[in-house]
Amino acid sequence: MAEQYVAAVDQGTNSTRCILFDRRGRLVSVAQREHKQHFPRPGWVEHDATEIWRNVTRVVPAAIRQIGALPTQIVAIGITNQRETSLLWDRRTGRPIGHAVTWQDTRTDRLITELAGDEGPDRFADLCGLPLTTYFSAPRLRWMLDETPGLRERAERGEVLFGTMETWLIWNFTGGPDGGLHVTDVTNASRTMLMNIETLEWDDHLLAAFDVPRSVLPEIRPSSGVFATATAVLPGVRIGAALGDQQAALFGQTCFSPGEAKCTYGTGSFLLLNTGKEIVRSTHGMLTTVAYQIGSQPAAYALEGSMAVTGSLVQWFRDGLGLIHTAAEIETLARTVDDNGGAYIVPAFSGLFAPHWRSEARGVIAGLTSYITKGHLARAVLEATGFQTLEVVNAMNADSGIALTALKVDGGMTANNLLMQFLADLLDVPVVRPMVTETVSLGAAYAAGLAVGYWPDLEGLRSNWHRAGQWLPNMDPTRRAAEYANWQAAVQRTFGWIRPGQ
Amino acid sequence: MLRLLASAPNGLGVADLGNALGLAKATVHGILKTLHQVGFVEQDHSGAHYHLSDAFGRLGDTYLDPNELRSRAINWADSLAARSGEVVRVGRLVEGKVVVVHHVFRPDDSDQDLDVGTTLPPHACSLGKAVLAFDTSGGAKPRKLEAFTTRTIVDPARLADELASVRAKGWAAEFEEHTVELAGIAAPIRGLGGLVVGAVGLTGRIERICDSRLRHRTDLVTMVRATAEAIGRDLREDR
Ligand SMILES: Nc1ncnc2c1ncn2[C@@H]1O[C@H](COP(=O)(O)OP(=O)(O)OP(=O)(O)O)[C@@H](O)[C@H]1O
Ligand SMILES: [Mg+2]
Repeated sequence: MAEQYVAAVDQGTNSTRCILFDRRGRLVSVAQREHKQHFPRPGWVEHDATEIWRNVTRVVPAAIRQIGALPTQIVAIGITNQRETSLLWDRRTGRPIGHAVTWQDTRTDRLITELAGDEGPDRFADLCGLPLTTYFSAPRLRWMLDETPGLRERAERGEVLFGTMETWLIWNFTGGPDGGLHVTDVTNASRTMLMNIETLEWDDHLLAAFDVPRSVLPEIRPSSGVFATATAVLPGVRIGAALGDQQAALFGQTCFSPGEAKCTYGTGSFLLLNTGKEIVRSTHGMLTTVAYQIGSQPAAYALEGSMAVTGSLVQWFRDGLGLIHTAAEIETLARTVDDNGGAYIVPAFSGLFAPHWRSEARGVIAGLTSYITKGHLARAVLEATGFQTLEVVNAMNADSGIALTALKVDGGMTANNLLMQFLADLLDVPVVRPMVTETVSLGAAYAAGLAVGYWPDLEGLRSNWHRAGQWLPNMDPTRRAAEYANWQAAVQRTFGWIRPGQ
Repeated sequence: MLRLLASAPNGLGVADLGNALGLAKATVHGILKTLHQVGFVEQDHSGAHYHLSDAFGRLGDTYLDPNELRSRAINWADSLAARSGEVVRVGRLVEGKVVVVHHVFRPDDSDQDLDVGTTLPPHACSLGKAVLAFDTSGGAKPRKLEAFTTRTIVDPARLADELASVRAKGWAAEFEEHTVELAGIAAPIRGLGGLVVGAVGLTGRIERICDSRLRHRTDLVTMVRATAEAIGRDLREDR
């Protein structure tokens, strides 16, 4: 019998990938396509959902073609996606209503302040586990319904559908206007601020607070379980999973037990700690989120530390400043000097996420002197990711009461050895990279393969995990403390930049 | 054809080029296709006009950043290590030495140290032979061939024969030339324009890398070559 594979579709912020994995969880092919970033105004970031779906219809066949396989060799599709990016579309025509508004978009900052009112940004945290910030979907959905004349009425009549990217893809995979399935999964729903974190259902109180009609919302399903059989792109193949990219990475790193954690280094970086069936409420700026749900089993939860700008700071260094040609060249440039020369970059481009959650903060370069060269700045760019991780790890340790003993990492930035070593030095724990850096896709594949019986159980998946690289700490504690103190001082200088009435 | 294209800032069509050079349309097409593949000419949005790409101006600049090579290689090197069960390295030639650009541990979770940045003697390892065989700079050829084991090739004439065979086969073998009891297999990575920018390979104990007749296992050779090809395809595709 011909070899069988699971296809993961990773709909990311910058690109859409299809990756095929074999039974041992090994990557066998990759096809990838970038989509355009639309910046209609400062702070606004949009995607064209039609372009994204078109990319899906191209990368999936391309990945299969790359190894000369047949579509019949694909046993399941696992979908994973950039989270919180929000879209409305017309149920009848299947056409998006405007662009998708992405997770980095800050257009809802005024609305947030309004909604927070006197009770403050944590007024819904008990119900949904999240603070009010521009990051999550509900304010964005509210904004879209408010902004387009007549849209709310159409939504109430059931003519308009809402979804994050996995919902949009599944709807299109299953026929679109022609019988498309309108569903989401618990992990993505847990990022909207509309789902009750305990019941895992849309919450009437939250719907009322955000003025969102229930008729636009998809049905919430477990992350791993057969959603439907595709009729487009891979007709006849079952969609076995959908989960947010960061939750997928936790799954791909096989962090199935409470206490296990990973950090994924991509456009942004996200540290997730599995807390099992327990819903842990953070007192240190971590988010409470659903990690995954397998079929009818109880959901597993996670604490999350979100860093908005990490890989995208490297991209800014490349595209905004033009100091390098490719992201990887930042390491070459950073190695032209021995240290940061006293410069620190705090990339509060869309405010600061965890653990600060300061939406009025904006970025700074601190410690500039005439001594600073582009090499020092390249170092400061990479170190910013390290320092942000340290802040999140400290907060996570404080919340969970246990100190992290090693950091499991994945994502595009783990190709950067200088950064990985800096992380180990700063956190003072070993940093470990598994044999698949595309762990987001691997997790989606695992969850889908489990649903269709391609893999029997979680334990089998654990045995696929192997260490591909490891960096050990090697920094003088006094220097570590001094560097971190400088960083913290720089962070203070980002606060309060956007002032009321501006 | 390149001269014509260089003198036409708005680009030229196939017919223009054919007429100017007295060549058949099919011939012009063929040449353009090749030039396009190596990145020297680009098509405009309509696809009707061709013009020189800026890569042409940077002709001597075939430099590929080593960290970029690692970024492109990482997925495929991981996959090779997972499938073969062996240590995988990516290397490139720098001033007569092979510098390890990327290193993937043997997937048995044993204690191993990353050796990215260390150097290897090119004449005594498969990674080195895979790049030396395609090196045209000459300066990279080691003058004195140091012996590491009794099997190290120290005779320049024998090394030349060995490199010719690497060119013919498309991959390089290592058999106790660097370390006793270790064998290796490596294949060249071809970047833009087909230039060899480095090599990827695996090393392990002889009994795992070679068959009972001490020949390098063909299944491993196929895997290594497919890996080199996949990395090369990534490098050539979108730069
Ligand atoms: N060698 C490198 N050094 C530093 N940063 C890098 C390196 N390689 C990639 N990056 C950064 O990592 C990011 C890409 O990684 P990855 O593909 O995992 O991101 P992603 O978040 O999954 O992408 P998407 O946003 O499309 O989902 C980019 O922001 C890029 O700038
Ligand atoms: Mg991603």
